[in-house]
Parts: sequence; C-alpha cells; structure tokens
Amino acid sequence: MPTPIRHPKDFWTGIIFLIFGLAAVFIGQDYQMGTAGRMGPGYFPTILGGLLALIGVIAMIRSFVRPGEAIGRFYLKNLALISVAVLLFGFLMRDAGLLPAVLAVVLISAYASPKFSWLPTLLIAIGLAVFSIVVFVKLLGLPMPILGPWLGF
Amino acid sequence: MDIFANLALGLDTAFTLTNLMYCLIGVFVGTAVGVLPGLGPVATIAMLLPATFGLPPISALIMLAGIYYGAQYGGSTTAILVNLPGESSSVVTAIDGYQMARQGHAGKALATAAIGSFFAGTVATVLLALFAPPLADVALKFGPAEYFSLMVLGLVASVVLASGSLLNAIGMVILGLLLGLVGTDVNSGAARYTFDMPQLADGINFVIVAMGMFGIGEIIRNLEHDESRSLLMKKVSGLMLSKDDFKRIIAPVLRGTILGSALGILPGGGAMLASFASYSIEKKVSKNSAQFGKGAIEGVAAPESANNAGAQTSFIPMLTLGIPSNPVMALMIGAMIIQGIQPGPAVMTEQPALFWGLIVSMWIGNLFLVVLNLPMIGIWVKMIMVPYHRLYPAILMFCAIGVFSLNNSEFDVYLMALFGVFGYICAKLDLEPAPMLLGFIIGPMMEEYLRRALLLSHSDPMVFVTRPISATMLALAAIALAVVMSPTLRRKREEAFHEDD
Repeated sequence: MPTPIRHPKDFWTGIIFLIFGLAAVFIGQDYQMGTAGRMGPGYFPTILGGLLALIGVIAMIRSFVRPGEAIGRFYLKNLALISVAVLLFGFLMRDAGLLPAVLAVVLISAYASPKFSWLPTLLIAIGLAVFSIVVFVKLLGLPMPILGPWLGF
Repeated sequence: MDIFANLALGLDTAFTLTNLMYCLIGVFVGTAVGVLPGLGPVATIAMLLPATFGLPPISALIMLAGIYYGAQYGGSTTAILVNLPGESSSVVTAIDGYQMARQGHAGKALATAAIGSFFAGTVATVLLALFAPPLADVALKFGPAEYFSLMVLGLVASVVLASGSLLNAIGMVILGLLLGLVGTDVNSGAARYTFDMPQLADGINFVIVAMGMFGIGEIIRNLEHDESRSLLMKKVSGLMLSKDDFKRIIAPVLRGTILGSALGILPGGGAMLASFASYSIEKKVSKNSAQFGKGAIEGVAAPESANNAGAQTSFIPMLTLGIPSNPVMALMIGAMIIQGIQPGPAVMTEQPALFWGLIVSMWIGNLFLVVLNLPMIGIWVKMIMVPYHRLYPAILMFCAIGVFSLNNSEFDVYLMALFGVFGYICAKLDLEPAPMLLGFIIGPMMEEYLRRALLLSHSDPMVFVTRPISATMLALAAIALAVVMSPTLRRKREEAFHEDD
C-alpha cells in the first residue's frame, strides 16, 4: 500500500514526542502555573511539554518530505519473553521469594534465544539462584526472602 | 605549592587498604564487563550502583570510576582480538588493531593500547589536578542564571555529538527533562505526574531508567543478531614492544593524549569523540598513513591514548561544575546525590579528601590496568568467548535484583521492564538513549536554577543574556547548533559516525 510517509522512523518518533508532550501539557494544567518570577509547579513542565509536542509535529511533517529507511522488524516474541521474565521476577520476589523469582527470570528469558537448550539453561538457572542467595542474602544481607509466604514459609 | 598538599591529601585517601581494594575491584569488574559481549559501561555501572550505596562516598566513587576506565580498556581488548569493539570508543581501535592481530601481532597491539592508555591517563590526571581547582573557583561565582545557561550548553553539546537526527535528539533531551520532573516538587510540595501512585512520589530512580534503557533494551536488541565470536588465537604472546615500535608510537600517543584531553573537557565530549577524531588526524599526519587500515601500530596507539585521556578529563566538568558530559558521568552525579553530596564547585572545598582521593585513585587505577591486564590476558580471552545466550539471562537477573533492592519494591522492577520496552522501541526508531538520560539527571536541577534566576531578576528573562558568562554560554550553544545544522558539516558529521562500516 503506498503511503505518503517517506520516513517512517521520523513519523513514529514524532507521534511519540507529540503524545508525551501533549500529555505533559494537559496533566500539567492541574498544577499551579504561577508567574515567571514565582514559578508554580506547572510552569516548567508546561513549557517543556509544549516544546516536545512542537518537535513531534516538526518530525512528523518532515517525515512526509525527507525520505528514510523503513523501521526494522519488531521481534515481538523476544520483547514479550524478556518483559514477562522481568515482570514475573517483580511479581514473585516478595511473596514467593528470591529462589523462584531467579529461576523464573533466567528460564523464561533464556527461552528467547534461538540457541536455547534445556539442560545447560537449567544448570545455569540453578547456579545463579545459589549464587544470588549466597551473595545477596547471606553475604550482603539484603532483606529478601529466599522462599516466601506463598510457598508456606 | 598548593597542588602538592592537595595531591598528598589525595594519596592519603586513596592509599588506604579499602580504597585500593575498591579501585582494584572496579578496574577488574570494568575490564571484565568491557570484554564480555553486549554489556556497556552505563548498564554495568547502573547494575552495580545499588551495591555501592552502603559504601562510604569516596570508596563508591573510586570503584565506579574504576569500572568506567576499566570497561574502556576491556573494550579495546575485544576490538583487537575479535574485531568487535566492546565500547563505542574503541570502534576505531578495531580497524588497525584487528589487522595487527591477524598478522600475529595481537600481543603488540594490546601492549600498545595498554601503554598508550597509561601514559594518557597519567597526563590527564595531572591536567585534572591542575585545571579543576581554578575552574571550580570560577564556578563558585556562578549564579543561578549562569548555571542554567551552562546546563543548556551541556545538553546542546550532548545533542550535537549524538549520532542520528539532531531534532530527534533534542526531543529525547526534553523527554528526559520531563521524566526527571516526575515526583514531588521541592518548592510547592505538589505531586507531579505521579498518577496518585505513592511509589512515584519520590520520583523515578535514575538507576531504573539507566538499567531499563541501556540494560534491558540492549538485551532485546542484541538477541536479534547473536553471532558467535571467533577468536584468531587461543594464546596471546609477544607482549613486549621493540625499541622500533616505541619510536613509532611516541608521537601518536602524545598527539592522541593532547587531543583526547581537550575533547574530554567539552560538555558532550568524552572518550568516543576523542578516539574518532584522533584516528582521522593521525591518518592524515602519520608518515605511515598508507599502512592505516592494514595494521598500523600508530592506528592503535593514537585512538587508545585519546579515548583514555578523554575518559579521564570528562571528570573535570562533572567534578567542578556538576555537569555530566556523558551518560556515565550522569550516573556518577546520580551516585553522588544519593550519597548526600551536592555535585558542583563546592565539592572541592567541602570534601577535599573525596575530590583529591578520587583523582589520585584514577592514576592508581590506570597503573592497575597495565600491571594486571597484560599478564591476565589469558582470562580475558576466555571471557571473550562466553556465548551471549548464556550470559544475558544472568545480566537480566542482576538488573532485576539490583532494582528491587533500591527500595525493596516490585513496582521499580515493573517500571524497569517498561523502560526496557521503551528502550527497544527507541533503538528501532534510531533514537539515542544517552541524551535522554542526561536530561533526566539534569531536569530537576535545571528547573531549580531557572526558578531562582527568574526570582532574583524579578521575572526578567533578559537576565540570561545580560550577564556576560551566561550570555557567552548561550551564544556557544547557539553557535554549536547553527554549525551542526549547516549542510556541509552535517555530511561530515554523518561520515564521522559511519567510519566503522
């Protein structure tokens, strides 16, 4: 499908800037503006938001004029696996404990690689779990449960 | 002379057993990180920051500085041995260094890099000791208007030197400034952009942003092209340089050192620019310019000296003005704030032991690099071969544990994942994360200085142009922008950043 957008990267960059800029300005309306001499909390962010939105618009206009390469493919599977691995770590950490959280983050993220294989990954996960328990909990004394209340501890 | 008393104080501070140990750990970890695939200094420093919060400030800063120049050095090792520059600043080292390795002179290339770096580090340390105090004296007279303009100049410089679109880089700076404002406003107590979430009341910790954008975003991107590394030789030998080699590298090392020191001081400058510039100059002035690209020892000596000199002198604006010239310095400033030190010219007078201890420790760290790294090359060669797909789950784990331990909060971990996704999107759109991180750290300070400047001038915005120092800095910023926008220079700039392909 032919589109008038000749520089997709700039176009989407512009969209992102525009959204963040406008959001900053609109949310910033809830804060007191004050005056230049006595700036309220809304003053500086409103200026910045306006500038950012302006840059976003320029980037978008430019994307119709100046050509550029297409955006590379998004590897959604990798993106999802890595994000889920990190999110799951956060979710498990407090209530299930460091041990299951480490196993989760290592196993799930490792699965994203095309070179993934079960046995070495399992060994690495167990090794890292032991390492982090010894170093972070025992040696550095960070207040992290090794096994949490969800597992009956 | 004052400087000797100062350096003596620095020696006293740096030469305690603990500080020597932290310096050694920093240099060792830094080199390891520079050698391992896919881990940059920003992500590493962010990862290790939580571990330094419990240390005394001076030990923490000594260790972080060690990581920085250690990583620089490790990056050159991979550049020479496997043609994969570990850091952007060693991209040009790979050109001739790798050719030397292919001709069987890997040892010589590594030794040249080590000697050049050490010499440059020594000179830059002396420069730091000489120039930092007068600069800080000047800076002590700065009012809020001068500081605001200085920050504008610093941010503009970081934008001018970023690769890719200028406009988009400015956008990233502003986005960073905005993100830096999230949290409770110090003046009014109003909660800004917190969406009523108590976890955001104190703002977003810079470690989360750095780890998300530079750590996790990078991992997702690296997964797309996980190539295995092939090493030319399993053993590196011939680490000694002949008399002839020494003669050949003296001039390039000197030129690289001078150029690197000068470029490092510039806001936005630092190691990467220094190495690129010195390589292209050396290529023009060298007697052996025909050999460049085919394994010229000068092509290793010059950029390696330059990038180390630049890495050291980039501490000057950070320590004297409190202005970061690159993302690593931004993290150092963040670390100082967490340690309860307000970065700026007052650091030198209020914390002389910290200031001079850090400077002396940099020289010690450079010595460690030479003394330890050449004999330990066998270990680094093994680390080069660690496959990335075995490594990155561990990096993720360290990031997650590090961020969780900041406040014992799972919210921070979720936020880091979000910044990771955003970092990946930015990479796909060719948006550089470095200007955003600088903006993020500077944001709150910049607002504060703007406020104070306009309060003092009774809301007269002319204050920024009527005060001479402030006006000069704004003019410099405007000139820098204008120059970069001129079409010829624009092409040159694009070429400079694409020398590697």
